[in-house]
Amino acid sequence: MSSDLFPNADTPPLADNSRRSFLKQSGGILGLALAPPLASQAERLTAYSKVIQGATDITLRVNSQAHTVRVEPRVTLLDTLRERLDLTGTKKGCDHGQCGACTVHINGKRTLSCLTLAVMQQGKEITTIEGLAKGDELHPMQAAFIKHDGLQCGYCTPGQIMSGVACVQEGHATTDAQCREWMSGNLCRCGAYPNILAAVREVASQSSKG
Amino acid sequence: MDTEPQFFETNAAPGVVGQPLSRVDGWAKVTGRAKYSAEYNQLPGLVHAVLRTSDVAKGRVTSIDASAAQRQPGVLAIFTHENLPKLAKTPNNPEDQKAFASSPMSFFPMASDQVHYAGQPLAMVVADTLEHAQYAAALLKVNIAAEVPTASYLDPKATSYVPKSVKGTEGVTKRGDAQAAFRNAPVQLTATYHHATNHHNPMEPGATTAHWEAPDRLTVYDTTQGVSETQKTLAAMLGLATEQVRVVTKYLGGGFGCKAWVWPHVVLAPLAAKAVGRPVKLVLTRPQQFTGMGHREEQEQTLRLGATKEGKLLGIVHEKTSTTSPWDDYAETNSRIINMLYALPAFESTYHLAKASVMTSTSTRAPGDMPGSFAIECSMDDLAYQLGLDPIQVRLLNYAEKDPTNGHPWSSKSLKQCYARGAELFGWSQRNPRNGQTRNGKLLVGYGMATASYPVHNSQGNARVRLYADGRAVVQAGATDLGTGTYTIITQVAADALGVPPQNIRFELGDTILPTTQWSGGSTAAGRVSSSVYLAAQEVWQKLIKMAVIDRKSPLYGAKAADVVMEKGRLQLKADPGKGEAFGEVMKRASLSDVEGTAQGRYGSIYKEPGAAADANMNKEEKDAAAGYSMHAFGAHFCEVHVDPELGTVRVARWVSVMSAGRILNPKTARSQVIGGSIFGIGAALMEQTVRDPNLARYTNADLASYHVPVNADIPDMRVDFIDEHDPHVNAMGVKGIGEISIVGVTAAVANAVFHATGRRLRSLPMTPDKVLAAMRQPA
Ligand code: FES
Ligand code: FES
Repeated sequence: MSSDLFPNADTPPLADNSRRSFLKQSGGILGLALAPPLASQAERLTAYSKVIQGATDITLRVNSQAHTVRVEPRVTLLDTLRERLDLTGTKKGCDHGQCGACTVHINGKRTLSCLTLAVMQQGKEITTIEGLAKGDELHPMQAAFIKHDGLQCGYCTPGQIMSGVACVQEGHATTDAQCREWMSGNLCRCGAYPNILAAVREVASQSSKG
Repeated sequence: MDTEPQFFETNAAPGVVGQPLSRVDGWAKVTGRAKYSAEYNQLPGLVHAVLRTSDVAKGRVTSIDASAAQRQPGVLAIFTHENLPKLAKTPNNPEDQKAFASSPMSFFPMASDQVHYAGQPLAMVVADTLEHAQYAAALLKVNIAAEVPTASYLDPKATSYVPKSVKGTEGVTKRGDAQAAFRNAPVQLTATYHHATNHHNPMEPGATTAHWEAPDRLTVYDTTQGVSETQKTLAAMLGLATEQVRVVTKYLGGGFGCKAWVWPHVVLAPLAAKAVGRPVKLVLTRPQQFTGMGHREEQEQTLRLGATKEGKLLGIVHEKTSTTSPWDDYAETNSRIINMLYALPAFESTYHLAKASVMTSTSTRAPGDMPGSFAIECSMDDLAYQLGLDPIQVRLLNYAEKDPTNGHPWSSKSLKQCYARGAELFGWSQRNPRNGQTRNGKLLVGYGMATASYPVHNSQGNARVRLYADGRAVVQAGATDLGTGTYTIITQVAADALGVPPQNIRFELGDTILPTTQWSGGSTAAGRVSSSVYLAAQEVWQKLIKMAVIDRKSPLYGAKAADVVMEKGRLQLKADPGKGEAFGEVMKRASLSDVEGTAQGRYGSIYKEPGAAADANMNKEEKDAAAGYSMHAFGAHFCEVHVDPELGTVRVARWVSVMSAGRILNPKTARSQVIGGSIFGIGAALMEQTVRDPNLARYTNADLASYHVPVNADIPDMRVDFIDEHDPHVNAMGVKGIGEISIVGVTAAVANAVFHATGRRLRSLPMTPDKVLAAMRQPA
């Protein structure tokens, strides 16, 4: 490989060892998406991290555990979970907030992690599918998904379950029609919808009894 | 093993086959532990590849300026057509293609400066992080000398032609004189049906992680429906021996046909990994998924149907026109189902193709049978209304007691029972025979139904069963589970075949180091893999029985091997069940920790006639003829829609499917597959269409926000039932697949219900509100 298209072939750089200015990045494709939220969050960002340019160490609390990870400001929570923390239970189906596969809980609220920047989630409690079960004891929603066969390929499933748990907590699973509506942000191409509905409704009726 | 394989009969003591076992992989999937192909992050030094694709549908790359991209930190390599390592064999070369087991099109991008379709890969950036690679790919300055593309068969620039063949079916086929039959028929119906471009859109996008463990040892974690086919194809393209490539797919996030093939990214990832000396992960973005793994082609069909005044079919003339790529004559073979579904004396079919600036379309859930059933099942509905017959009645009137294409008996067919059971579950008798008469408030209510069928394709594959003395077992086959339930149903079959509980079974799949079996596609996996596992277990018993009858310490000593049977894990005399022992005792005395069996399972007409019918040059009809039987699954869908006459919206309010598909191994996972296929079809009926700009030949809605797939709120309660069949001709388990039949007839059932509700026949899919409103403005 002698082509000049392989600039670093001999000495591959380490991940994120660069010190590029944030402005330089924001001139790129992500610039528009990044600018508004960062402007409003700037204060908090400086409070948690010493520098806001290039990659910084941030600390995320995921499933009650603190993780320090070095990321650039443009890195989404989804890619931080999947690519840096090896928490691959959270899935990427579209990366654009269109499918729900990446749903996690942030401070108990369902959130699309592909539309969420990791640097903005410091000091918050993030729960992923890996944090739902207590050891070997499944969360009732997980058990209900197995019981009602609310999954086939399983790729949308973590997002469905995180949405389902939140849907019940929000009180949006009190009727079939309401539950269908509030679970409609999570696409399932295998078409497990009637079974997903059955699982979420069963957990909702149990928790209302309890 | 005897040459004539035994047939699995349910034991007197009931086992777990046929029971609604919960998915054995459910735990891994609900906890996030199931590892999909883009999730092998522990590979040492793993880096990321990102594709840069073409915005232009036709032209020539004049330059790619990589200077800004190269300066980005973390960038390891940038590949374009100028420096991409050469493939040993390429799909661009027709001679080379013969070496491929699963190449989906006769074109490989980045081999020259030519641009043939929008979304074609032009460059690939490899960097240490995903973000670095994405950003650098965006910085590439691509210059293309654009030419005027052809968007589809509808483009005035397109010229249509009749190909020699499409997918093994001749461009023109004739059975009897259908033209004359139609011309002379007292009842003549002519209708043209349109089907939009559809995309599979599995929730898991295409992803390949390539790891060169040594210069001659490549391991690929790939989103494939067939690890063996991918292994063979990759090896050929990369100039390796088949055994030097290992392909792993432990979990697959849906496939629906698009993951059945080695698409360009599957090859680009190993090329990149080799060049940078690190494992490389390449994941398609959702927009790239629309131009990276094929689609169901846009198409129109004209059906001319001739019948007697009583409603008996006399002949059908079918023509299909569709778009194909610049290099391949590809079309779904819609004619197959139209030819065989009813007692039809004469049939003629012609395929017209037009080349356009698109990639080759590909297998999509029930290829051909799905859109073909839309045409025939709507026209049958028309016939019923025209003659004042009930839609079920007109179908019974034309019931095919044997296969009309070759006169052979069916290996099994329970379609009449499906109609009857479906009508009962649905309440079909409540239906007002006149259309446009039933209302629910201001909503128009309609009932519709349609027939479903899907062939039993031939396939074969191996399995290995290792039974341990402690009663546990490892079962292996290089199959894949697309979410269909393969892990679960094979666990059940192995448990019964070995006489041990299912929790004692560990079934391993999705790896080319396991026994070779064919891809999961064409609804073949359940029948093939279950048969091979069942037969491999038989070999274990044969070995154990042979050991026992020559073992002086065994109560079975001296017995004839043929007189000994296995019952619930015990070897015993057929005539005197009290005489026998547990298999563990036999192994213990022989100081064996385990006994292993292997077998080949065959599915379809090659089950009983392996030699005669396995000839690759024979078409399905010839293979069936060799076996003496025609083999299909059958079923029926019933649907209630509510149409808002002011808004043009159509909602499916109720759904019933009844399927007869041989032995149902697990009614729980089978039901899920049937509702899944029905929902996939409801999507095609009501909302799914990928729109290619007529001038730019570029998709305008290549994402999940504007390509609408059904969501939970679109789907009503669904009722599924099965008519159990005992079919000793299809395979050793008597199983016919259900992954695809579940979608056949669905679009027609919805369209027929819309007709019943509104008195308007919509023949263009999807039936979006604009089309419904336009129809409502016309007189009924
Ligand atoms: S990946 Fe976040 S919504 Fe699809
Ligand atoms: S289970 Fe496959 S996408 Fe939902």
